[in-house]
Amino acid sequence: MEFAISVLISGISVGGQYALIAIGYTMVYGILRLINFAHGDVFMVAGLLGIYLSASLPLYLSLPLVLVLTVALGFCIERVAYKPLRSAPRMSVMISAIGVSYLIQNTATYITGGQPMTYPTIPFLSDTVKIAGTSTKWVTILTPFLVLALVLALTQLINHTKTGMAMRAVAKDFETSQLMGIKINSVISVTFVIGSALAAVGSMLYFTNFQAITPTAGALPGLRAFVAAVVGGIGSIPGAVVGAFIIGICENVIKSTEFTVFSDAGTFALLILILVLKPTGLFGEKVTDKV
Amino acid sequence: MTQQKNKKGAVLALLGCLLLLAAVVLLENVSVFLPPESVPNVLKPTSQLFAVLKKGAVYSLAAVSMNLLNGFTGLFSLGQAGFMLLGAYTYAILSVPVAERAAVYYLYGGSAVNFSFQDLFGSLFGTEGVGGAVSMGLGVMAAMVLAGCVAAAFAYLIGLPVLRLKSDYLAIATLGFAEIIKAVFQWQALGPVTNGANMIKSFPTFSSFNITGAGGKVILRLSTFFPFLVAILCIAVICMLINSSYGRAFKAIREDEIAAEAMGINLAKHKMLSFCTSAFFAGVSGALFAMFVTNAQAKVYTTTMTYEILLIVVIGGIGSISGSCIATFLYVACSEWWLRFLDNETVLASGVKLPFLRSGFRMVVFSVVIMIVVLFFRRGIMGDKELPDLFRRRKTRKEAAQ
Repeated sequence: MEFAISVLISGISVGGQYALIAIGYTMVYGILRLINFAHGDVFMVAGLLGIYLSASLPLYLSLPLVLVLTVALGFCIERVAYKPLRSAPRMSVMISAIGVSYLIQNTATYITGGQPMTYPTIPFLSDTVKIAGTSTKWVTILTPFLVLALVLALTQLINHTKTGMAMRAVAKDFETSQLMGIKINSVISVTFVIGSALAAVGSMLYFTNFQAITPTAGALPGLRAFVAAVVGGIGSIPGAVVGAFIIGICENVIKSTEFTVFSDAGTFALLILILVLKPTGLFGEKVTDKV
Repeated sequence: MTQQKNKKGAVLALLGCLLLLAAVVLLENVSVFLPPESVPNVLKPTSQLFAVLKKGAVYSLAAVSMNLLNGFTGLFSLGQAGFMLLGAYTYAILSVPVAERAAVYYLYGGSAVNFSFQDLFGSLFGTEGVGGAVSMGLGVMAAMVLAGCVAAAFAYLIGLPVLRLKSDYLAIATLGFAEIIKAVFQWQALGPVTNGANMIKSFPTFSSFNITGAGGKVILRLSTFFPFLVAILCIAVICMLINSSYGRAFKAIREDEIAAEAMGINLAKHKMLSFCTSAFFAGVSGALFAMFVTNAQAKVYTTTMTYEILLIVVIGGIGSISGSCIATFLYVACSEWWLRFLDNETVLASGVKLPFLRSGFRMVVFSVVIMIVVLFFRRGIMGDKELPDLFRRRKTRKEAAQ
């Protein structure tokens, strides 16, 4: 029983961390129809920044700085690698995303020397706490609540502000919203800024739990978060969050059995099952082909 | 008239391939025929040049098979590494000589498959001298064909549920299957067959094709020739498929599925055909890759590998076979050979130490180069043209000038 609870709690916590990454994927996809393969690496860079900055600055300065720098990175990636390709075929943009991911990983390998780095312990978050007979870190307990708060704030932003309205319009129809006077480029930049900021928060939570950061540390969580976004129905924010919690719990349940090798395979099997049964995901909009 | 032209083109293409093969054989045998002092470093058997040529041949087949699916049929699949893994393991499992199996599978107390094609043909043709060479060659060929067939069979099973998905969903589903395949092959319970997460080795590799005389001295090097031969044969088959009525149907599906269906093309059948054919050749290239790296290990066939091949396809030009081949060799040479000097710390003659140069810098520069190509050459090196198209256009321009 205690074992089951601890598995469930860590599943929910990891799911929350994936949710923060998945929102970045799903928002970008909703607007640009682009699988932003570099997003997982932005997440990894946020972790590395956390290590380097907290080595020389106190935490109350370094953590906000991590947030700012990650946002700047996301913004720059969009401006340099995706904006020039706005009118190019979708495949080109996606290749550009793969190229950016490649560049970030190789640069990280160059700077860190390829050795795994250890994430600093953040006071309070890293402290252990006893809940229902199992001991765990505070971060595990706090993550789901933090995620829910952030997601609520985000939905408020999207549903009740002018920027949010513009985002919804651009996601519905790119060209018409341009004709209506919406500045597409700034809306897209805002999307990337929000996505990167959430990824930075996610990295603080995730790497407090899994402290070793290698240059490819972002690839797998990124892939899982993307799968979560697809399971939930890509383009939908509530979908991404629900999908991420499902994926996180599934992964931890499989990891707790003897089939540990299959923890990622199980995630993908779930993805394929859902795609076959409901091709646009749990909350995805149904698309109809027009001739 | 057009038929005659086609025939002429085919003869030219055949001649070109034969010339290329002859050139490869000559190039790698310079070190055998000439005295060692007069051979430049580049042409020594240990030179990076030959590693690049071998890897290039292997990857060009993988890239062309991906292009068949992504470029010609318009099905965006990211399962390439998974099919290559299937091919590599099928080849490896069926090719390790029975005598070596106990050593390879020592963790599992021997292999569950006590059979190899090489031994099978060996019992027919003998295991020594010419008979041994024949049985090795036939064994490798048979295992390779079977590697392709296994990949194609899995592609059929995967295709049944997956091929009705569209664009990005298809991509992520095939990527998922590749990951699942990778996990299954690392599973301990299948250890006696797949050797678990450990590598399978001791099977015939490219260097087994070098002909050695008495005393172990190499008489004729064929280790680069062999991957070129297989790759050229397979790419030729893919070319013929693309130029057939099936190929035209593939292109129609790529341009507009609904219109293609209205013209009487059976979508499901043609998509499946393209998917399975692509998987078949991906399986063969996986077998070649296993021979190139001299082992088969599941953790090598990651999504990064698929992305790499996709990058090559796009850099070469989506829908251009010659573009894929050219891009492969440029890509492999650039990443493995030409930029190698960037990894070494260099001190100039004047005593100035060049900044930035240390291990890992090569890949940074390489990825910057790739980003530049992707951003400024959006249609790739060749666009959707083939090599002969370039000459043809020049000719018509000349004719127009007259």
